[in-house]
Amino acid sequence: MTAESQAVVCQDLRVVRGGVAVLPGLTAHVASGRITGLLGPSGSGKTTLIRSIVGVQQVASGTVSVLGMPAGSAELRSRVAYVTQDASVYADLTVAQNVGYFASVLGAPACDVDRVIGEVGLGGREGDRVGRLSGGERSRVSLAVALLGAPEVLVLDEPTVGLDPVLRRDLWAMFGELAASGLTLLVSSHVMDEASRCDDLMLLRDGQLLAHDSVAAILASTSCSDIESAFLSLVEGGS
Amino acid sequence: MTAARTAATARRVVQQLQHDHRTVALILVVPCVLMGLLAWMLSSADFNQYGAPLLGIFPLIVMFLTTSVATLRERESGTLERLLSMPIAKVDFVFGYALAFGLLGVVQALVVSGLAVGPFGLDVAGPTWALIVVAVVDALLGTALGLFVSAFAKTEFQAVQFMPALILPQLLLCGIVVPRDELPTVLRWVSDLLPMSYAVDAMTEVMTSSAVTAEFWLNVGIVALFMAVGLALGAGTLRRRTP
Repeated sequence: MTAESQAVVCQDLRVVRGGVAVLPGLTAHVASGRITGLLGPSGSGKTTLIRSIVGVQQVASGTVSVLGMPAGSAELRSRVAYVTQDASVYADLTVAQNVGYFASVLGAPACDVDRVIGEVGLGGREGDRVGRLSGGERSRVSLAVALLGAPEVLVLDEPTVGLDPVLRRDLWAMFGELAASGLTLLVSSHVMDEASRCDDLMLLRDGQLLAHDSVAAILASTSCSDIESAFLSLVEGGS
Repeated sequence: MTAARTAATARRVVQQLQHDHRTVALILVVPCVLMGLLAWMLSSADFNQYGAPLLGIFPLIVMFLTTSVATLRERESGTLERLLSMPIAKVDFVFGYALAFGLLGVVQALVVSGLAVGPFGLDVAGPTWALIVVAVVDALLGTALGLFVSAFAKTEFQAVQFMPALILPQLLLCGIVVPRDELPTVLRWVSDLLPMSYAVDAMTEVMTSSAVTAEFWLNVGIVALFMAVGLALGAGTLRRRTP
């Protein structure tokens, strides 16, 4: 793989949180223009890896580069969009006020506000206070903020938690369209059945990369019919 | 920093306040009630002595509490982390808060000093606008201190406890309880280092001299300097990378 085809490159990434080496020394990459699923049980280091890629995590050693620049560089702040696990939006503002504020911060055009609210299926709810929305609707407001402007890399930490099946299908369809238009997506999940929606998979356990390949290749190498059994077979094979 | 992002942040904080009618009502009504209480229980000479400094102290306390809790909420809810992963300068964030709460300080000062000077009969020798200037600078100082201490609080309970820790000693040493030149020497030195002392001195200047004196501007300037340092320290506590 050439350097241009890799949107994110982590080299010997070591992150210590609260005295525990959450990532003891991870080397991995994320391919450009594809959907990479980051799968693993809770506590496996998914969020820490995502935070390191976005540049908000203090790193003990190793390097993370995104689009050829060190993660967290000022230039990346409008090119990398980040959706945290909990909806990071203002509960005491309306949907439109939230999206509008982040649009001003990003310098996105005003028409973007209506576009992204429509894209996450919240058209008609612009005037509703976010604090009064359901958990799923709130995380869609958070996702709408990440779609503002023209990000090149979209990093999503468990974006489909608490969403109904119809909405999950629609969101994955949208992720597919975004990847087809050239965006790089890194989506974490602990729901293994979402793996089939991804192009590539990274299976993370205790901060170690168990496998990183296309879905088909992982299934073939483990001779399993679904990702959940493939994951289990990799865990048991490794121990 | 950019003016657009600072203004957007200020507008957003004002929008949040607009949705919280009860807080705004408390911020505006409570000082009026307390001022009325003072006017009622004190002789008019005593009301002049104690009422005027309080005009400057209310905005400081109120904005300190509001800002420290609001900033702490931003840290806890993840909105601060999200903002700092975006192209916003730390000073945009800090100045945005200062602008919004400065504006609220103006409204509070207009309402409270309007009542104090009017119906409650506060006898001010200097111009009323000078009272407003001191109140607004105090509001901004409270905002700056609130932003700064929120970095050292992990919960809203802790943030609120910084109020008695940081504000009450200033209240005791600022000259209302014991005139500053009658304080024991060491305490006198301490009071010289505390911003509220200068806020109260500035208020006293407005109360006693009909012209706006250089002494007044010096005191206002010192409070503004504390505010600027507080805002800079507050911006310094914002971290794009956290453990």
